[in-house]
Amino acid sequence: MEETILKIFARSITRYFAMVAGGEAVLGTPYLSAENESVALDFSAVIGITGSHRGNIYYTAPREKLHALLPLIGEVTPDDRLCAELVGEITNTISGNAREELGGGFMISTPFVLEGGPLTVHTAKDSTCYILPVTWNHHRSRVLVSIQQNLATS
Amino acid sequence: MKLLIVDDSLIMRRAIERSLARTRFKEVRTATNGRLAVEMFDRYQPDVVTMDITMPDMDGLTAVDLILKRNPKAVILVVSALADKATAVEAIKRGAQGFLLKPITAEAVQTALDDILSD
Repeated sequence: MEETILKIFARSITRYFAMVAGGEAVLGTPYLSAENESVALDFSAVIGITGSHRGNIYYTAPREKLHALLPLIGEVTPDDRLCAELVGEITNTISGNAREELGGGFMISTPFVLEGGPLTVHTAKDSTCYILPVTWNHHRSRVLVSIQQNLATS
Repeated sequence: MKLLIVDDSLIMRRAIERSLARTRFKEVRTATNGRLAVEMFDRYQPDVVTMDITMPDMDGLTAVDLILKRNPKAVILVVSALADKATAVEAIKRGAQGFLLKPITAEAVQTALDDILSD
C-alpha cells in the first residue's frame, strides 16, 4: 500500500517538473521520517487528505530552487510571496494529479503555506511519514507523504 | 472579448493571463474563489471564464452551476489539477465546455480556449 502510494506521488512530481520546468526531476530513495526530525526547507505547503484516504501531503523546497523555477513559469522577478505561492501550487498539483490513480474519493484541501521551519508533520493515526527526496537542476526538495487508506469508506 | 480567470493561486492566475498574449482577449479580470467568481460574472459579464475547482469559500463546480443558472450560454473552461476522469466528466455534465488539467502550459491554455470558442 505504502509503496503504491509513493509510486503515485513519484509519478506526479516527475510529471510536474517535466511539464513545467522542461527537465527531469531525479527522485531519491524514500525513507521514513524520524520522530522530531527537522524536515522543513525555506518554504513548505501542506494539503489535507480526506475521503478514501486520510492524512497530509507536504512539499518543502529551498528559496534557491524556487527562484530557479519561477522564471521558467514566466515569473522573472522571484520574491518570497511568489515562492510561497509556488510551493502551494506544486503541492496542489501533485496531490490533485494523484487522483488519476487514486480516484475521485481522494479528496484534497486547499494548500496551507508555511515559511521557514520547524515543520511539524501531522501524521495520520497509525500511519507513518515517508520522505521522497526530489532533485531538479541540482536543487533538492522533498515531498512528504503521510496518508493511509480510510477503512471507514472502503 | 472579456475573460474572467478564477483560481485561488496567484501563480496560476498570472500564468493563465500570460498565456493569453496571442489570443483575442482584450480585457481580463480575476477572482480567487467561486463566490467572488459569481459576483464578478454578474458585474463583468465575461465572454469566457476559466475556473479552478479546489478553492476556499466556494468550489469551482458549484460556481459553474450558479453561473450557468444566470446565463445558460456562459462559456466556461475548467482548469484543475484533479486528474480523475470522473471530475472532468462531472464538469462537462454540469455545463462547462472544456477541461484542462494542471500543470498547464501556455500552448495548452491557448489551444483549450481556441477549442471552446470554435464550438
